Amino acid sequence: MQLNLQAKPGKVAAPSLVHRESFWHKVSKSRVLLLMCFPAILFFFLFSYLPMPGAYIAFTKFNYNKGIFGSPFIGWKNFQFLFGNGQLLLLLRNTVFYNLVFILLGNFLQVLLAILLNEVQSKWFKKTAQSMMFLPYFISDVLVSLLVYNLINYDYGFVSNMVRTAGGVMPKYYSMPGAWPFIIVLVNLWKGTGYGTVIYFAAITGIDTSMLEAARVDGANGFQRIRYILLPCLKPTVVIMLLFAMGGIVKGNFGLFYNLVGNNSLLFNTTDIIETYVYRALMNNFNFSQGSAVGLFQSVVGFAIVMIANGVVKRIEPEYSLF
Amino acid sequence: MEPKMNFHPTKVKIDGADRLIRGFTYVFVGIFAVMCIIPFWMIIASSFSTEAAIRRTGFTLWPTSFSTYSYDLIFRSPAQLIGAYVVTVVMTIIGTSVGLFIISMTGYALQRKDFPFRNGISFYIYFTSLFSAGLVPFYYLMVKVYGLKDSYWAVLLPLLMSPWLIILMKNYVKAIPHEITESGKIDGAGDFRIFWSLIVPSMTPALATIGLFLALGYWNEWYYSSLFLGSQVTYRPLQYWLYNLINKVAALKNSLAATQLVLDDLPSETLKMATATLATGPIILLYPFVQKYFVAGLTVGAVKG
Repeated sequence: MQLNLQAKPGKVAAPSLVHRESFWHKVSKSRVLLLMCFPAILFFFLFSYLPMPGAYIAFTKFNYNKGIFGSPFIGWKNFQFLFGNGQLLLLLRNTVFYNLVFILLGNFLQVLLAILLNEVQSKWFKKTAQSMMFLPYFISDVLVSLLVYNLINYDYGFVSNMVRTAGGVMPKYYSMPGAWPFIIVLVNLWKGTGYGTVIYFAAITGIDTSMLEAARVDGANGFQRIRYILLPCLKPTVVIMLLFAMGGIVKGNFGLFYNLVGNNSLLFNTTDIIETYVYRALMNNFNFSQGSAVGLFQSVVGFAIVMIANGVVKRIEPEYSLF
Repeated sequence: MEPKMNFHPTKVKIDGADRLIRGFTYVFVGIFAVMCIIPFWMIIASSFSTEAAIRRTGFTLWPTSFSTYSYDLIFRSPAQLIGAYVVTVVMTIIGTSVGLFIISMTGYALQRKDFPFRNGISFYIYFTSLFSAGLVPFYYLMVKVYGLKDSYWAVLLPLLMSPWLIILMKNYVKAIPHEITESGKIDGAGDFRIFWSLIVPSMTPALATIGLFLALGYWNEWYYSSLFLGSQVTYRPLQYWLYNLINKVAALKNSLAATQLVLDDLPSETLKMATATLATGPIILLYPFVQKYFVAGLTVGAVKG
C-alpha cells in the first residue's frame, strides 16, 4: 500500500520562488484546487472530526435526554469498571489474537498461492483459478454467514450430513465456543485469500524475468528459484502488507464476526471482539457510556501501535515507513 | 501483467523438483479454487430444492427433488423484493457517481505539485484512518444532531468515500504525465477544466476500479442500515433485507403475510436460499466482466514500486 503522505520539505516550495508567499496569496492562487477538495474536507469534518469531541461520553454517566455535555461527569469510572471485570482485556485479547492469526496465516497462504500460480503453465488454468479465488471477496458478510450455516448447522448442514452418513456424531457447533476460533479463521481465509493472492501475484509479475531465466540457465531448480529469487523480491511487498495490517491489529472485522456469531452469547467468550461489544452496547443495551469507553480505548491503543510500529520501521528501513 | 512472466523455453530440461512443484501446484491451487465457489453453488442448488428434501437429507450439492416453490412464493408478493432492489440500485448509482466525482477531484488536486495545501489536506484526510471517536459518538451525532434516524441518507452518505480510496486515486493520477496539466495551463484552461476535460478521459481504468469498489460497498451494505434504518422503514437495502430474513423468522412471516400461508408449511430453509440467490445474483452475473478491473486496479494502485 502506498501511503507516502509525509511532507517532503525541499519539494513544497518550487525552486523558482524567491520570496515566501503569504498564506492568503496561496489561498487565492489555488482557490480552484481548494474548492475541488472542499467536498472531501467537509465530508471528513462532518463524519470523522465532529464526532471526536463526543468521545467525552466515555467519561460520563450518559443520559440520552440530557445530551453529551449535560450528562454527569464521572471521570475514569467506566474504564475502571471495564478493566475491573476483565471485559476490556478479554475483548482486546480476542481482537488481537484473531488479527494476528488472520495476518500471519493469511499472508503465508497468499504468498504461497501467488508463487504457485506463477508456476502454472496453462494460461486458462491460471486465469480461471484466479477468478474463482477472488469471488468470495465480492460477497457480503450476510451471505457468508448463510454459507457457513449451510455447511455446519446441526440439522441440515452439508458437513453435518456427511459426518452422519459416515457414521459419526456431528458436534453442535452453534453451542461450542471452542470451535469458533477455527471456524472464523477458516472463513476469513476463505474470504480474503484471493484478494491478497492477486496483489502478491501482481508483485511477482513485476519481477524482472531475465533474473529467473538466468537462474534457470545456470541450473537452478524450481525450489531454488523460489528460495533465492522470488522470495527476496517479494520481501518489500510482504513487509508493507504486514506493517499495514499491524497498524490495524486492534481493529476487528465487525461484519464477519457479527454475522457469524450474532447475539449468540454462548460463544462470546471466544468470539467477542471490540467492535461487536460496542455494537451490542449501543444497539441492544443502550449503554452509551461503556460502549464509548471501549471504543475510545481501542482508538487510543490503535493509534499508539501505529505510531510505535511506524517509528520502529523508520529506524530500520526508512523507505518502508507509512509516514 | 500477463504473459511474458511464464516464458519457459522448452530446450531447458525440467528436473524432478520442477515436476514436483508443478504437480503440487495444480492440485493445491485447483482444490482451493473449487472450495471458493462450492458454497455458492450449494446455495443456488438448495434454493431449487423442496423443503421436504432438505429436512430429510440436509443441504446437498444437487437438488434431490427439483422445485421452484420458494421463488414462486417470493414472486407471489414481490413488493418487498422490488422495493429492496429499487432502494439498493438507486443508492448504488447515486452513491457511486457522486463518490467517484468527489474522490477523483480530490485525488487530482492532492497530487498537483503546485498545490501548496496538498500535504496539509492529505494529512487531514489520512488522520481519520489513524484515530476515530468510535461508533457511539458517531451514532449519537448522526441520530441526535443530524437527525438521520430512519433516513436513507444515513446509509448513502457515510459510504461516499474513504481515506483509502482517495489515496488510491491519488496514486493513480500520479501516473498520468504531468505534461497534460501543463499543456492545459498553457492553453489557458482553469484547474477544474483541466481536470474535467483532460484528466478524467485519460483515467478511465482508475475510475472503473474505484467505481467498482464504491458500487460493491453500496451493494453489500447492511451495516449502516442495521444502525440507522428501524422498523419504520418499509423497504430496506437488499443485504439488510436478507440479513433480517435470515436472522428473524418474524421478518419472514411479515414478508409473506400477503400470501396467507400457514406458517408450519413455510419452507423457511429454501426461502432463505432463494432470497440469498436473488440478492447476490447480479454480483455473480456481473463478476466475470468486472473482476479484471479490480485486478488491474490493485496492480496499479496498491503495490509500491
